[in-house]
Amino acid sequence: MSATTSPMPQSSVPGRAKDRATSEALGRRRARADAIVRVLCTIATILGLFFLASILLTLVIRGAGGISLSVFTNVTRPPGSHGGLLNPIIGSLIQVFLATLVGTPIGMLVGTYLAEYAGESRFGQVVRFVSDVLLSAPSILIGLFVYQILVLPFGGFSGWAGIVALAIIVIPVVVRTTEDMLRLLPNTLREAVIGLGAPKWKMIVLVCWRAAVSGIITGVLLAVARVAGETAPLLFTSLGNLNWSLNLSQPMSSLPITIYSYAGSPYEDWITLAWTGALIITLGVLGLNIAARSVLRARR
Amino acid sequence: MAQVAVPETLEAAPARPTTRRGSGTGDAVFAFLCRASAALVLVLLGAIIVELFIGGLPAFRAFGAAFVSSTEWDPVQEIYGAGVPIYGTILTAILALLLAVPVAFGIAFFLTELAPEWMRGPVGTAIELLAAVPSIIFGMWGFFVIVPVMAGTIQPAIIDTIGELPLVGSLFQGPPFGTGLFTAALILAIMVLPFIAATMRDVFLQVPGVYKESAYGLGSTRWEVMRKVVLPYTRVSVVGGIMLGLGRALGETMAVTFVIGNANRITPSLFGPGNTIASIVALEFGESGAGSLKLSALLALGFLLFVISFAVLALSRWLLRSRLKG
Repeated sequence: MSATTSPMPQSSVPGRAKDRATSEALGRRRARADAIVRVLCTIATILGLFFLASILLTLVIRGAGGISLSVFTNVTRPPGSHGGLLNPIIGSLIQVFLATLVGTPIGMLVGTYLAEYAGESRFGQVVRFVSDVLLSAPSILIGLFVYQILVLPFGGFSGWAGIVALAIIVIPVVVRTTEDMLRLLPNTLREAVIGLGAPKWKMIVLVCWRAAVSGIITGVLLAVARVAGETAPLLFTSLGNLNWSLNLSQPMSSLPITIYSYAGSPYEDWITLAWTGALIITLGVLGLNIAARSVLRARR
Repeated sequence: MAQVAVPETLEAAPARPTTRRGSGTGDAVFAFLCRASAALVLVLLGAIIVELFIGGLPAFRAFGAAFVSSTEWDPVQEIYGAGVPIYGTILTAILALLLAVPVAFGIAFFLTELAPEWMRGPVGTAIELLAAVPSIIFGMWGFFVIVPVMAGTIQPAIIDTIGELPLVGSLFQGPPFGTGLFTAALILAIMVLPFIAATMRDVFLQVPGVYKESAYGLGSTRWEVMRKVVLPYTRVSVVGGIMLGLGRALGETMAVTFVIGNANRITPSLFGPGNTIASIVALEFGESGAGSLKLSALLALGFLLFVISFAVLALSRWLLRSRLKG
């Protein structure tokens, strides 16, 4: 490459001989295309961050002013009478907690099946595929489904129906993280436990689950974050309730539904409450996400 | 593990069959629980399909195959057709992808190749947090922040410029309400953006470093490496990531419900109001009594949405399978 025998300096380049001006122009064009794309990509990233910042800022500007003790101590009241968000907050906590309680063990067992039992079997592949589809399936359809199986036959909207709908959403999230985390464990660990004479279920419950616990907690936190903000499935199941009620057989209030109905109302104080609720729920959801990440990072 | 006393293992040898039998039951029970839970997931999917279909059966019976294509939605005369919401669903989802994919690609490219090392983690996390913001928050933000901007500045400007052009112009005409199909597509685009960007980033990171280094070694610019090495290598997974975004956009409910304008007619203009399957179900559900034909029509719409999004998500999983295995 260093010593060229031909009189023309560019002849080592295959193809038609190019003069210096052409190749320099080409180089400039390539550099320019590269610079343009890099600028555009940077702008795209700034745009993405701008949207997040805009949402958070809007929430803080419109919602923070409404935060006071009465939001957490008063129940929802008619417009103009200083209502709070106590029953939606409690209703959301109850429904999300029980849904997680129901969904997590099932999700863990499915994830365990996929990682420890299924191998490459056809059944395992189908379950994995279906679980992944459910993970991204429109949540409104889960709501319609639960309406069909629990609300219509049992004569009314209820907190239980809301819990079942949210639990169905929890399951695939926990399945995904449980399977991923169990697959990260080295096989030597399993072999060591089996080699000590432990039965397989003890190996899974006492060793594999314990080793993967931070990952599973991450999955549960993400699932909680996901269902805490879900609105569409609750429209058809727990419906919402403007009165104080802890009866799970009755329609039950929830934060997202209350935000939805208040935000669409013409009353100024209800809209402010909706923004306050939106701020609370977003901080909760994003906080859970960050917590989930730090749990995972602490392990590594 | 270290606590196991050595002599005990020698003495325990004769007792082994008993422990085996005992643990055999435990194993059988646990394996059964796992398998039953796995089967439950399949049953769940099957039950969702069947229940939505059964619920929609009266509507399918009453209107036949025309239900899918009819654009009439008349609660007074009890005539229901899925044409308008299907049109709105597909139009807004495709439009959202057209807006989101280039930006998502830009973010993924920035995060994998351009950004300095210290910036990648925090910026990547911020983009993922955008994906975690609940749908209803996007709806409120869209309704109270984006809609006024659209109505006040963006839509009038577009109507006065592109709206004047022949052919394309008709897509951008009409009064600037702020709400409508275009705004819904914009909000959807922002919502699916982080999903597509995160998937693209993950697949870009899987390109073997040697390939990229070889291209850099030949003097390629970063853009050339992306276009001629990374993209061809990850083509299939990138399409899979886009399909995943499409699946999300099709079924998104609350955000769209806030800004779509809720009108059951097809307008030629993108700025006109419309409906998607999810938004019409959410908006009209309250006014349809148990056992009514309207409720059945809404469940039939749900069934159609399930079929559409299942097909898209299945395609997405199939395209992403190599990545998921690796």
